Amino acid sequence: MTTHAEPTAVGDHDDHQVGHSEAGVDQAHLGEKAADWVDGRLGIYGLAKANLRKIFPDHWSFMLGEICLYSFIIIILTGVYLTLFFTPSMGEVVYHGSYTPLNGIRMSEAYKSTLDISFDVRGGLLIRQIHHWAAIVFVAAMLVHMMRVFFTGAFRKPREINWLFGFLLLFLGMFDGFMGYSLPDDLLSGTGIRFMEGAILSMPIVGTYIAMFLYGGQFPGNDIIPRFYTIHVLLIPGIMLGLLVAHLILVFYHKHTQFAGPGRTEKNVIGMPLMPVYMAKAGGFFFLVFGVIAMVSAIASVNPIWAYGPYRPDQVSTDAQPDWYMGFSEGLIRIMPGWEIRAFGHTLVLGVFIPLMIFGLVMIVIAAYPFLEGWITGDKREHHILDRPRNAPMRTAFGVAWIAEYGILLVAGGNDLFATHFNLSINTITWACRILFFVGPVIAFTITKRWCIGLQRRDRDKVLHGRETGTIKRLPHGEFIEVHEQLSPEALHTITAHEQFQPMELPAEVDENGVKRKVSLLTKTRARLSQSYFGEAAQIPKPTPEEHAEITSGHGHH
Amino acid sequence: MTSQDNMSEEHLPEAHGAHGGELAVHGDAFADPGLPPHEHRRTDIDEHAAARAERQVAMWFLLSMVATIGFIASYVLFKPGPELKNTVYIFPLGHISKLNFSLGMTLGISLFAIGAGAVHWARTLMSDEEHIAERHPIEASPEVREQVFADFRQGAKESGFGRRKLIRNTMIGAMAMVPLSAVVLFRDLGPLPEKKLDSTEWAKGKRLVNMNTNEPMKASDITVGSLTFAKPEGVEESDEDFQEVIAKAAVMLVRMQPADIKDQTSAEWGYEGVLCYSKICTHVGCPISLYEQQTHHVLCPCHQSTFDLSDGGRVIFGPAGHPLPQLQISVNGDGYLEALGDFSKPVGPGFWERS
Amino acid sequence: MKKLSARRRHPLAALVVLLFALATTGGLYAAFAPAGNAQADSSQSLQIEQGKKLFAVGCSSCHALSGEGTKDGPTLVGVGSASVDFQVGTGRMPAQQPGAQIPAKKVIYTQDEINELAAYVASLGAGPSIPTSDQYAAGDVAKGGELFRTNCAQCHNFAGSGGALSEGKYAPSLDGVSAKHLYEAMLTGPQNMPSFPNSTLSTQNKQDIIAYVQHTTDPAKNPSFGGLTLGALGPVTEGLFGWIFALGALIGIAIWIAARTPKAKKS
Repeated sequence: MTTHAEPTAVGDHDDHQVGHSEAGVDQAHLGEKAADWVDGRLGIYGLAKANLRKIFPDHWSFMLGEICLYSFIIIILTGVYLTLFFTPSMGEVVYHGSYTPLNGIRMSEAYKSTLDISFDVRGGLLIRQIHHWAAIVFVAAMLVHMMRVFFTGAFRKPREINWLFGFLLLFLGMFDGFMGYSLPDDLLSGTGIRFMEGAILSMPIVGTYIAMFLYGGQFPGNDIIPRFYTIHVLLIPGIMLGLLVAHLILVFYHKHTQFAGPGRTEKNVIGMPLMPVYMAKAGGFFFLVFGVIAMVSAIASVNPIWAYGPYRPDQVSTDAQPDWYMGFSEGLIRIMPGWEIRAFGHTLVLGVFIPLMIFGLVMIVIAAYPFLEGWITGDKREHHILDRPRNAPMRTAFGVAWIAEYGILLVAGGNDLFATHFNLSINTITWACRILFFVGPVIAFTITKRWCIGLQRRDRDKVLHGRETGTIKRLPHGEFIEVHEQLSPEALHTITAHEQFQPMELPAEVDENGVKRKVSLLTKTRARLSQSYFGEAAQIPKPTPEEHAEITSGHGHH
Repeated sequence: MTSQDNMSEEHLPEAHGAHGGELAVHGDAFADPGLPPHEHRRTDIDEHAAARAERQVAMWFLLSMVATIGFIASYVLFKPGPELKNTVYIFPLGHISKLNFSLGMTLGISLFAIGAGAVHWARTLMSDEEHIAERHPIEASPEVREQVFADFRQGAKESGFGRRKLIRNTMIGAMAMVPLSAVVLFRDLGPLPEKKLDSTEWAKGKRLVNMNTNEPMKASDITVGSLTFAKPEGVEESDEDFQEVIAKAAVMLVRMQPADIKDQTSAEWGYEGVLCYSKICTHVGCPISLYEQQTHHVLCPCHQSTFDLSDGGRVIFGPAGHPLPQLQISVNGDGYLEALGDFSKPVGPGFWERS
Repeated sequence: MKKLSARRRHPLAALVVLLFALATTGGLYAAFAPAGNAQADSSQSLQIEQGKKLFAVGCSSCHALSGEGTKDGPTLVGVGSASVDFQVGTGRMPAQQPGAQIPAKKVIYTQDEINELAAYVASLGAGPSIPTSDQYAAGDVAKGGELFRTNCAQCHNFAGSGGALSEGKYAPSLDGVSAKHLYEAMLTGPQNMPSFPNSTLSTQNKQDIIAYVQHTTDPAKNPSFGGLTLGALGPVTEGLFGWIFALGALIGIAIWIAARTPKAKKS
């Protein structure tokens, strides 16, 4: 393969450095002593032995979670800085600060201190923008990371609990973001808090009580911002930090999943060691993420609260939207018809309450999916080799349908901007979204499933007949054919590495002794789901080595 | 679903059409040729390429140092504050703060360069040989499992938890009750709702004060097609509870040709075509005021609930569930517009106790 | 597209011809008239007369010959000269085609002609007249901001970027709208915009709002301190930018980090 006889790695050449530096020896000795000291107290060597050369597989999609981790760290660092200057108070002051367009305007201390951070603290605006952009990236990255885990089946045993941790992080991240958006008490954030009041009021029986307790009286009161502040900076980040640590410990403990490939099995993991490669790559990635977000914050404005003005319950600006991650709930609210039931002296505000319930449902579907699939397959084995999305058509179609629904709701949440920027009627968009809410996911599901099966069929063809080379050859008798090149053994293995389940058959209504037995509805449902997941319509039987041998031996060109 | 059937199967798939447990798996993969042999990069075998990579990594780190110095220099050089002299025009960003831009770019570069240097180092100079690590099953062996269960049973037995029912029951009772203290403590978070949401600051004889001029208004001030926002007399922006009061009492005044008013009661509640509606959307409480004077529709900017002010504030589109409440008005002896009482229905979003 | 339809449309073609004729008569008139302002004083009735002629050609097909309105256009009796100055001065009138809303377009009349049209419409019935420049002088920005957020931001957005109304209607962007036209719009309430007469929004209030709008929509006076404004449209465009550029860049970097370093060429 190579003419060099055992080329030495360049790194080995620095042994001369050790030779001429006595201080180096001393330092190494000092380092060892320090490590011994720590080990004597914490027993770190056991941990280090297991982890220093821990192997991680290389794939870009495995780094999406790191984007989440790093943006979370950035949010904490910048958030701590912001707390040094922010006043979480709804006490009113008249502004006479440096931003003259608001001179003499009444505002809360929260809003004023946010203006001061933006205009009077050097770098304050930058830190605010890094905090906000990092939050936008954080939730977006969590969603994309979750999609990666979903579409590759990485949530299967033994990782279901880690999936739940991730889900909780997404859920809490969204809410903490919403609270952060509410804190500066600008016109937009006040509108968000007002929406929240309306949503709470819609809850039957307890709504008014919860609203009064949360706001410390009637809206807006003087308490909501200090209370949100504590929840935003302490309670939720504390829980998230705990979940995050648990999430990472489990990633280490389970060892990372890997894609199928030559040499890769369910019983091994192939990649590069934590020290030094991943320390450099993952550590470097932290700086890259921070650097990119800092540069984005240098060039793009986010949440310019001075332009919104301070909150007053009788003022509003159009384009009143939450940050993107709450956009789908905004969409739900916007497309809902105004249903309200009034009877027996009570009002049931379905127009708000139903979207609240669907919001919960959309989230819970994510949390529950691994358990649903586990129940259908009844699979109790560990899985460390990832699926290619095409090889799990139902799961993939389900995921795409979810994304389609999410996307439709995001569009509905921005319907006013779509109306003005595409010259459409807002009513038409709302109606279209109402219909698409039901139809869109079905269309997305159908297309995706067929697409996956098409790809499976292509894989089968590739295995049996080789890769199309694009070279056209003319045969002696005049026929033109395209030359197909056989796949390498590596590729053949990789493409056929996935498992195919056999669908569950509906248990016979009559057992072997002819006695009628009851088949529970649950079993029937499971059998039906299993048929739709793994029946003939959902998977193309993958080619066997025998089929392949038969075709390759018996023909010249096919 | 019985899972016992396949507990003993070492968790390997069975080859029959399973009824209760796992689904069968079919089809073997093509033979695994094993991990391909490692190939060297240029930097592994070419000393010059390696030296070049080393210089590149060092350049990144040097760039980071320069950027950090730039950051500190920017911090000292540029002033904060919204004054125009502190801003600069940069295409295509527009007029932006010198301080924010320079701090952000230098900070960004100083961080990015460290990351880029480290990754470049890892990609070119650190070994890229792939290693194989074994995985071990997460589940414990049956022996360990038995031992744990035995230990637990032993401990439970020694505690007498199952035998001494009195201890068990009282302890469960105590543990169940103790969180109640915490629940009780939250009672003072806020007052009880009572009838607070049912009424607003409006009352009989209170004049309508223009939000813009802070003056009471006469009917003649309100022209056909105009839109005016008002508050109850005596409510000032500087009041302690202004925000809570205005959150419910904000109203808008419109005037239309009496012939255009479709709802008779609504017309009677107004004064010569001047109608006074709550400004608070009945959906979730946004200040609704996108009034279209030709259609008499008013749209909410938050969720697009649309109300027809010429038809008693009826909902004609969107998620709001009930009409916009109208305030009954008239003019007093001096000709000023005044309320004839509070709203007959609670303003704003619906809630359980709203009848 | 626009040009094509414009050429197809008959009334406009006629208008172009008419404009030529007007330009000629106007030119002749200008040559004969001694001085601009002296003429304005002395020839009130002449102005109305000229306006009537312009009206007959450009406006009467929808608003009827004497401005009483048809099914295609409302009556102009009593709308006043301010309304004409706004509608024609921003190019909204004459309308090109019916629709949810008549958009602002290129202005096709000169200011003198607009004044003539305005004088004619004002003569049909009393209404708000064109404001003088001291009426629409800029006032206090901060006070104007508060008034803007109470009266205007709900439709025109906090930065005057405009926004959606029902059934395809919209509140236009206020960027680049002259102080006079802002004043006239508030005074007269064009199309579906409600009016804000001086009795409820005083001249001083209007001046404050004008000051705020002029301040806010001028990037040289109101810089976007944090960087790109992203259209000043709130969180929707911010989210889009974050997904595409921030997360997009980070995913690109992840691909770089995980990509295999090229192997040395096999020799």
